[in-house]
Amino acid sequence: MTTTPLAARPGRAWWRVPPRHVPVLATAALLLVMYSIGVSQYRAFSNIQVVFNVFIDNGFLLVVAVGMTFVILTGGIDLSVGSVVAMTAMVSASLLGNGLHPAVVLVIALLIGPVLGFAMGCVIHFFDIQPFIVTLAGMFFARGVCTWISTTSIPITDGFWTSTAQHRIHLGENFVSVGALIAVAVVAVAAAVLAYTRLGRNVYAIGGNQQSALLMGLPVGRTKIAVYTISGLCSAIGGILLSFYTLSGAPLIAVGMELDVIAAVVIGGTLLTGGSGYIFGTLLGVLVLSIIQTLITFDGTLNSWWTKIVIGGLLFVFILLQRLVGIRTK
Amino acid sequence: MSERHPVLTMTAISKIFPGVRALDGVDLRLFPGEVHALMGENGAGKSTLIKVLTGVYGTDSGTITLDGAEVSFSGPMQATAAGVSTVYQEVNLLPNLSVAENIYIGREPRRLGAVNWREMRRRAKDLLARIDLHIDVTELLGNYSLAVQQMVAIARAVDIRARVLILDEPTSSLDADEVAQLMRIMRQLRDDGIAIIFVTHFLDQVYAIADRITVLRNGRLVGEYLTSELPQIALVEKMIGKELDALERLDEATSGEDRAALESGTPLVAADGLGKSGSVAPFSLTIHQGEVVGLAGLLGSGRTEVARLFFGADRADTGRLAVDGTPVTIRNPVAAIDRDIAFCSENRRTEGLVGELSVRENIILAMQAARGWLRPLPRRRQDELVRHWITALSIRPADPEMPVRNLSGGNQQKVLLARWLITEPRLLILDEPTRGIDIGAKTEIQRLVAQLSDGGMAVLFISAELEEVLRLSHKVAVMRDRQLVTELTNDDTLDAARVMQVIASGSSQEGSVPA
Repeated sequence: MTTTPLAARPGRAWWRVPPRHVPVLATAALLLVMYSIGVSQYRAFSNIQVVFNVFIDNGFLLVVAVGMTFVILTGGIDLSVGSVVAMTAMVSASLLGNGLHPAVVLVIALLIGPVLGFAMGCVIHFFDIQPFIVTLAGMFFARGVCTWISTTSIPITDGFWTSTAQHRIHLGENFVSVGALIAVAVVAVAAAVLAYTRLGRNVYAIGGNQQSALLMGLPVGRTKIAVYTISGLCSAIGGILLSFYTLSGAPLIAVGMELDVIAAVVIGGTLLTGGSGYIFGTLLGVLVLSIIQTLITFDGTLNSWWTKIVIGGLLFVFILLQRLVGIRTK
Repeated sequence: MSERHPVLTMTAISKIFPGVRALDGVDLRLFPGEVHALMGENGAGKSTLIKVLTGVYGTDSGTITLDGAEVSFSGPMQATAAGVSTVYQEVNLLPNLSVAENIYIGREPRRLGAVNWREMRRRAKDLLARIDLHIDVTELLGNYSLAVQQMVAIARAVDIRARVLILDEPTSSLDADEVAQLMRIMRQLRDDGIAIIFVTHFLDQVYAIADRITVLRNGRLVGEYLTSELPQIALVEKMIGKELDALERLDEATSGEDRAALESGTPLVAADGLGKSGSVAPFSLTIHQGEVVGLAGLLGSGRTEVARLFFGADRADTGRLAVDGTPVTIRNPVAAIDRDIAFCSENRRTEGLVGELSVRENIILAMQAARGWLRPLPRRRQDELVRHWITALSIRPADPEMPVRNLSGGNQQKVLLARWLITEPRLLILDEPTRGIDIGAKTEIQRLVAQLSDGGMAVLFISAELEEVLRLSHKVAVMRDRQLVTELTNDDTLDAARVMQVIASGSSQEGSVPA
């Protein structure tokens, strides 16, 4: 094989990881360190149920973060997710309270999010408006619908809902909830979509350079609308999981959740400018946030706001890390 | 070969923009298996013609036929689908994806609906091997040089069964080796029967590869020629449409200067052992009023670094700088501007002009900054100044309210020059002012430099083109490996060969030329 000077591969020794994997590996290392701290400090931490509880308690966050990953990979943002989660839970609780069949409620609840997402995607694409402002409008709209349905919390007493919520799937001595399994399934499906479908690859292409993607003949508009629809669907699923978890719909639940979700995605190594990141990273990001919460709960003396302080610090570190990796590769 | 049918014809194409007739009855014929150079000054209509062809713009009149059938593309995507692909200077691919994916995205090989990565990598490897490019196709495209990225773009275009390949200034940012490899690929594609439209400023490259040349001037067709029948000098004449002896006259203007008169008195700027570690070794250089000092040397030899020290864009860590004989410390560009030193950077797009602002706003930017924002320049005075400089530098189109990004490269350079000239500097530093602009604008800028120096302005002139440096400068400082090796007085005996010898050998002694 003749190699010309041009063909010389960018210099890299075998032990050096490609720069694009650095953020994800950093998150994985962080997760490992935090888990080790937990195990060494608290005896109960080593129980595998602690890990399962993370998925049980934060399954809805994970699902919503998956949707957000699609949006951020295109270089967009979706601020409406928290409100859509709350709206889905509210609508479910309200319709179930009116005696509708749970299957019908499930279908309706799962449709509202994607429809709103589709509408926002259309506005973003056809009118060429920044996603920030469009999804901000969506956020206010969905939150408004919540309080319009009811200003107080609506409990869910439906048989299907309560039995699903309380159902424990045993794995040896431990157990997971239905919600946790759904969350894991969503992660697996999303990872496959991003890696192995044209839609998934187009998402990366748009995040890389929208103008180029257009010139290469890729369906930019369709893909952009699709990611906001997917984010809406994930928020709807997240809303259902939250209603399983709390067995109620509350108008002011999940306020500010969109910011936790964005933090998880960024800590998971996805670039806010789009084009680079993995679902696996997002999974790690959500786990990091959950472990912080768990650690602070185990400690017992710390105020729960410490969670936010730690997340804030981590975000700074990770954004700087991304910047440094970006500068290196240039 | 003219017996064959053209794959593409454009007939009597006209395109009118508000106030400008960008194309006026232009014809273009393109045969399979030829490299066809599209030549013209900046603003001649090359880009407009390409954009009309690929459907970025509609036509106002005229027809385009592809394989004998009339076509009208709605945009580059449709043109690509029909077999007309364009590879731009700034590669329009996706740096965040792998090489393989950049070639196949949108057309990925699939198995059971899922992207078949292994098959995609295999095909990409084979395809690139055909143009003799052996690279790791799983590596991100952005990690490769611009030249490789361009070749990948060409591979993609070829794989979409392009029959017409448009290369828009592909060689502007490539070095000699890369250009050679690109040309080799162009020859190979030509032999495979692909028709290539090659847009470039480099005459040597045209003569190295093009079979046929179409020349445009001011939106009109000058003619179509066989390269073998058109001498280089005739091509240049056809492109600029005016007599070339403008350049000759320049020579007289400068070489007639009285050197003794120039060098009497204190130098305007004198550097004594000025240097910055890691950037440029300590050097001494004086520049007198009305003197043009050329800075010659290869790319990366430290030319720009010297300029940046004079302008305070970098801070020297050794040596002294004196202006009018008084020692000064220039800590930053503002201090330099206060001492009437102006610096036209080589990256006019990224470091100089604000593309969204109008010609007028760009021109008055430096002057307004010097006055301070609390004392705005009256609008009438602005218009007066701007109109003066638009005329003086013949900036085209002569519309002060036109956003700068709509201007051609040469005219953008003139706007940048006007911005600094308006502040009436005493030392003007020009870093590669004529790079990437056409011969007409180049001549105008050279003539302007000569005029300014006649008027008493000192000029530090940096250029990669030795001929240009020699034509303009009173004295030439030669840079090599980040050192100022020697100063050569530009008398009648100095020629490009002599300067090249110094650049190559690093010594001012005559004789020893290493092989």
